[in-house]
Amino acid sequence: MQTENLTDILRQHPFLAGLSEDHMQVLVGCASNVRFAEGAPLIHEGEIANKFYLVRAGRIALETDVNARGKIRIQTVGPGDVLGWSWLISPFRWHFNALAVADVRAVALDGECLRKKCEDDHDFGYEMLSRFSRVMERRLEATRVQLLDLYTTSPGARV
Amino acid sequence: MTHETMNAPAAPREGVRLHPVTVKKVIWETDDTFTLQIDLGALGNTFNFLPGQFNMLYVFGLGEAAISISSDASQTGTLAHTIHRVGTVTSGLAQVKRGDVIGLRGPFGAGWPITAARGKDVCIVAGGIGLAPLRPVMYAMLRERTAFERIILLYGARSPLDILYRVELEEWAKEHNVEVLVTVDRGDSSWKGYIGVVTTLFSYIKLDARATVGYVCGPETMMKYTIDEMGRRGLAEDQIYLSMERNMKCAVGFCGHCQYGPEFICKDGPVFALPRIRHLLDRKEL
Ligand SMILES: Cc1cc2nc3c(=O)[nH]c(=O)nc-3n(C[C@H](O)[C@H](O)[C@H](O)COP(=O)(O)OP(=O)(O)OC[C@H]3O[C@@H](n4cnc5c(N)ncnc54)[C@H](O)[C@@H]3O)c2cc1C
Ligand code: FES
Repeated sequence: MQTENLTDILRQHPFLAGLSEDHMQVLVGCASNVRFAEGAPLIHEGEIANKFYLVRAGRIALETDVNARGKIRIQTVGPGDVLGWSWLISPFRWHFNALAVADVRAVALDGECLRKKCEDDHDFGYEMLSRFSRVMERRLEATRVQLLDLYTTSPGARV
Repeated sequence: MTHETMNAPAAPREGVRLHPVTVKKVIWETDDTFTLQIDLGALGNTFNFLPGQFNMLYVFGLGEAAISISSDASQTGTLAHTIHRVGTVTSGLAQVKRGDVIGLRGPFGAGWPITAARGKDVCIVAGGIGLAPLRPVMYAMLRERTAFERIILLYGARSPLDILYRVELEEWAKEHNVEVLVTVDRGDSSWKGYIGVVTTLFSYIKLDARATVGYVCGPETMMKYTIDEMGRRGLAEDQIYLSMERNMKCAVGFCGHCQYGPEFICKDGPVFALPRIRHLLDRKEL
């Protein structure tokens, strides 16, 4: 029953749109429902990355320590987003802190379990990799635009 | 009705004259941005404007700058302008105090085509001080709430300290069927809102592309990314309106300073439907 519910939840998440039923069943074996109250940490910079999250509700801030300036929040993720891909890439360590800034509901996917399934079933592994590549590409694009300092007024870029 | 007749200037020729007006109040919105509330005096009886129109504000001895009107068009006798201090004239305007007299010419240009949004959803996207010319749109739409479906306001600022009209943003967000999402480029640990460029906010709204009109105002780079995102989400180009706020001098179509091909930004714009000015977005200012 619990597994059925989780499958339904996973099916509704945009990251998994169109995923085959077989692959969905592989994935659900590594998934669990999680909640984080506002202020709760999800990820600690430097620690082993053994999870990723499909966010269903709430908001998570990614922050990093900039010595003298303290903690700077650089990005938020929210409903429909994916948090974390370091579980997929060696040396499997987080590069930032993440904490809930509004109560969060998410599905946590166990990275170790998934890595093993990706090894065992290369079709599944390819599916995961191509979905994560799209997420990374969008994130990279957003970061690039963020670096442009979009709201600065300059001649020819009025207001 | 065409776009041109829908949002035609209220009194274009009147704008050539310079009127002395009195500053009623100066409100500092952020470190470098302030709102001047102006008492129109005798001019108040005849002065009407449309959301999106601008005035030329003159600081005696320094010169003048084009500044959008940021107040409610239904108010009579007073006006507000929200100004980002960047150079000579805007720094001069930053020095004025209550009771000082400045010069005003206007109103100029074509406003936002509010009629085009009747019966539809409206997606307003603003970046930085680009929220100023869109504030009168929010006032107008909220006053006639039933004439429009959902109102979505996506606003991006550099940091939490650069957010304009904070109190009003919070109030608007409480209105029925109004969604207000604010994001910043970077925040400190007290900021619990969104972080990321304004286009990332599209992930958190549901856009009914066939029944939505988009209004976009901000620096041109921001507008370019925003219209790309709107296109990706299915909004037709002729349903997207932008404010092209480029350099101006006369503001009445005489000097040619703001002319790009057949378009004079000062009198045909600054608000245009995207298909009319798409070619300008990749062209530097003259
Ligand atoms: C239709 C229209 C509506 C506008 N509405 C508003 C508004 O509501 N609020 C508002 O604050 N501004 C608005 N602007 C922009 C405003 O007109 C200019 O910022 C202003 O003319 C700058 O004049 P200045 O004398 O202060 O700067 P200048 O002395 O002309 O410039 C001094 C320095 O600042 C740089 N500079 C000039 N303009 C800008 C700019 N916009 N941003 C950054 N650097 C600049 C110059 O390159 C120069 O280095 C609008 C412009 C137009 C065309
Ligand atoms: S500013 Fe002179 S023609 Fe437009």
